[in-house]
Amino acid sequence: MGAEPAGAVRGKGPRARRPRRAGQCWPWFGRRGSMKCLVTGSNVKVLGKAVHSLSRIGDELYLEPLEDGLSLRTVNSSRSAYACFLFAPLFFQQYQATTPGQDLLRCKILMKSFLSVFRSLVMLEKTVEKCCISLNGQSSRLVVQLHCKFGVRKTHNLSFQDCESLQAVFDPALCPHVLRAPARVLGEAVLPFPPALAEVTLGIGRGCRVILRSYHEEDADSTVRAMVTEVCLGEEDFQQLQAQEGAAITFCLKEFRGLLSFAESANLNLCIHFDAPGRPAIFTVKDSLLDGHFVLATLSETDSYSQDLGSLERHRPVPQLQAHSTPHPDDFANDDIDSYMIAMETTIGNEGSRALPSISLSPGPQPPQSPGSPSEEEDEAEPSTVPGTPPPKKVGAEGEGGGGGGGGEGSRLQNSLVPSSSARCSSAPSWPP
Amino acid sequence: MDWGYFAIRGSRCWPQKHPSGPNVQRTMPLLTQQIQDDDDQYSLVASLDNVRNLSTILKAIHFREHATCFATKNGIKVTVENAKCVQANAFIQAGIFQEFKVQEESVTFRINLTVLLDCLSIFGSSPMPGTLTALRMCYQGDGYPLMLFLEEGGVVTVCKINTQEPEETLDFDFCSTNVINKIILQSEGLREAFSELDMTSEVLQITMSPDKPYFRLSTFGNAGSSHLDYPKDSDLMEAFHCNQTQVNRYKISLLKPSTKALVLSCKVSIRTDNRGFLSLQYMIRNEDGQICFVEYYCCPDEEVPESESSI
Repeated sequence: MGAEPAGAVRGKGPRARRPRRAGQCWPWFGRRGSMKCLVTGSNVKVLGKAVHSLSRIGDELYLEPLEDGLSLRTVNSSRSAYACFLFAPLFFQQYQATTPGQDLLRCKILMKSFLSVFRSLVMLEKTVEKCCISLNGQSSRLVVQLHCKFGVRKTHNLSFQDCESLQAVFDPALCPHVLRAPARVLGEAVLPFPPALAEVTLGIGRGCRVILRSYHEEDADSTVRAMVTEVCLGEEDFQQLQAQEGAAITFCLKEFRGLLSFAESANLNLCIHFDAPGRPAIFTVKDSLLDGHFVLATLSETDSYSQDLGSLERHRPVPQLQAHSTPHPDDFANDDIDSYMIAMETTIGNEGSRALPSISLSPGPQPPQSPGSPSEEEDEAEPSTVPGTPPPKKVGAEGEGGGGGGGGEGSRLQNSLVPSSSARCSSAPSWPP
Repeated sequence: MDWGYFAIRGSRCWPQKHPSGPNVQRTMPLLTQQIQDDDDQYSLVASLDNVRNLSTILKAIHFREHATCFATKNGIKVTVENAKCVQANAFIQAGIFQEFKVQEESVTFRINLTVLLDCLSIFGSSPMPGTLTALRMCYQGDGYPLMLFLEEGGVVTVCKINTQEPEETLDFDFCSTNVINKIILQSEGLREAFSELDMTSEVLQITMSPDKPYFRLSTFGNAGSSHLDYPKDSDLMEAFHCNQTQVNRYKISLLKPSTKALVLSCKVSIRTDNRGFLSLQYMIRNEDGQICFVEYYCCPDEEVPESESSI
């Protein structure tokens, strides 16, 4: 599924709330003002970095000079990711949102063309002394001028398309879960994930440990699913950790990395506000001169995460066919209602109500499992083989010899449950290809 | 000389000459001694302690497969052309070589430059520090291959590259007396500009003028237009001799390859003549601190419409 955000591509479950387009095309009539702002020194690079992180999301950049600062926004093509930076007037050496008495302007330009101005961050840092952005309603031109060393001046006249205001509807205050940590901590935590990985699951494990785990689709090809990477952060790494144990969301890594790299370079703290799976997650950075919001759709599936936080083995994806014939607690976690129904039937038919209590479609706290001993669910999964179907895969058994499934899992569990004070990463093979 | 003959002789002699093992022999005593006697049969013999002094310069003009080489007693000129509109010349003067002999007035042949460069870097293009690849290059004349003997750490590689009959090269008739405007810039000022050229623009427009904007590079791409202005009093500007305002357009695809030379160079001289022809001369300092030149000539694109020249 590549770079597309999950929420938009999947055909199941409720959609994440999408950023909404407020306002329609706004033709250029009436009084046309002009905007002018001047960025100097190291702020040029900050601006450049912001453009780089926005370019990870959308193909178009909405540039809107407001009274309270210059806003740069973008939304991706499937409208499942939205990002916005607001640079306060103080960020600039000089800031004029519009000519006095005139309407505010706004414009939409190709991200590629704006990015090309700020392409080389090294150049921005080393040679650019100041950057002047001006928008003239009369000429319909956005002019970006870079004043470089040795008196060299680069002038980019960018043409823009029709204009409309872009506004996503979100309120971080409504999200029950909040995490705040230095961007560096989170940046290091996502470092071990493969660059091609599309999505990552963020969850709260026992003891308020924050767990990041690579997310793979059920139908992803086996080579992709061959490895699950999990990174565990201790409570002490966070400045704020206000989240319920068992809460988990899955979101796109690419956009998250974009914001992280911005926040890291500006040495900022990153705040993650999130709600139930399927509800958008809001990532914010803020300092006195700027603030940034990234709103990303989250997968509406709960995955097996909420049931099995901290236990890598439980997360093993189960082949779809088997899911229909062999009830396994993991199967119930996905929100594919058809497979859920089928699984229910087979479960009731063969296992009675034994398996039912463990079915949980909504995130919730789970009783802690003691490391080293097979879990309750494991016990239930084992005997639930339906005659005539392939034997259930011994979760945790691969690579450790077939028979000792339980023992092998125990040791692995122990391995992944060791309390850690700082970021710790454990990568384990999952489903054999 | 037959390739097989030489190879056998070389491999047989080597162990006796170097009983102590593979010492780095910068001057290739083996090769020099043995070829010395046969030198007369070659119309061109050149040897070089550090092959990179040659290969680097050749890379700067490597934008087409084939090149024409002219050797005179002053040195070697290697020419590459494209689309009958652009010509690049690399000059490797005789002084760069440790030994340089041309028997005839001039020796000319055409060669596959890609193959030549592959052979010159046969011991690797980024050698270990302290190790040098030495080269001895021999050419017997029309119809004969160009022989390369490369040696590094006592290991000798012999390459034989077929040559072709030389083709006539373009004469741009770029005469310094017709030069209208001339600017010498430190290359670092142009390097980034060329590497970031908006390739969606078909042309690169060069404005040279005694008045503002003095020296301007413009592109007109999908995203809009960009101008890069260099004031004449900039520290990057080594010389500024502009007599009259000239606005000329050059196909960006033809000029882009000159970035290779620009990257290597320390200074660049930009000249235009009365016909709007462009000459870019790059001054390149090699690893031994010697100066070489690479030159690009380019024809202007069609006439610039009056209305656009002022944008």
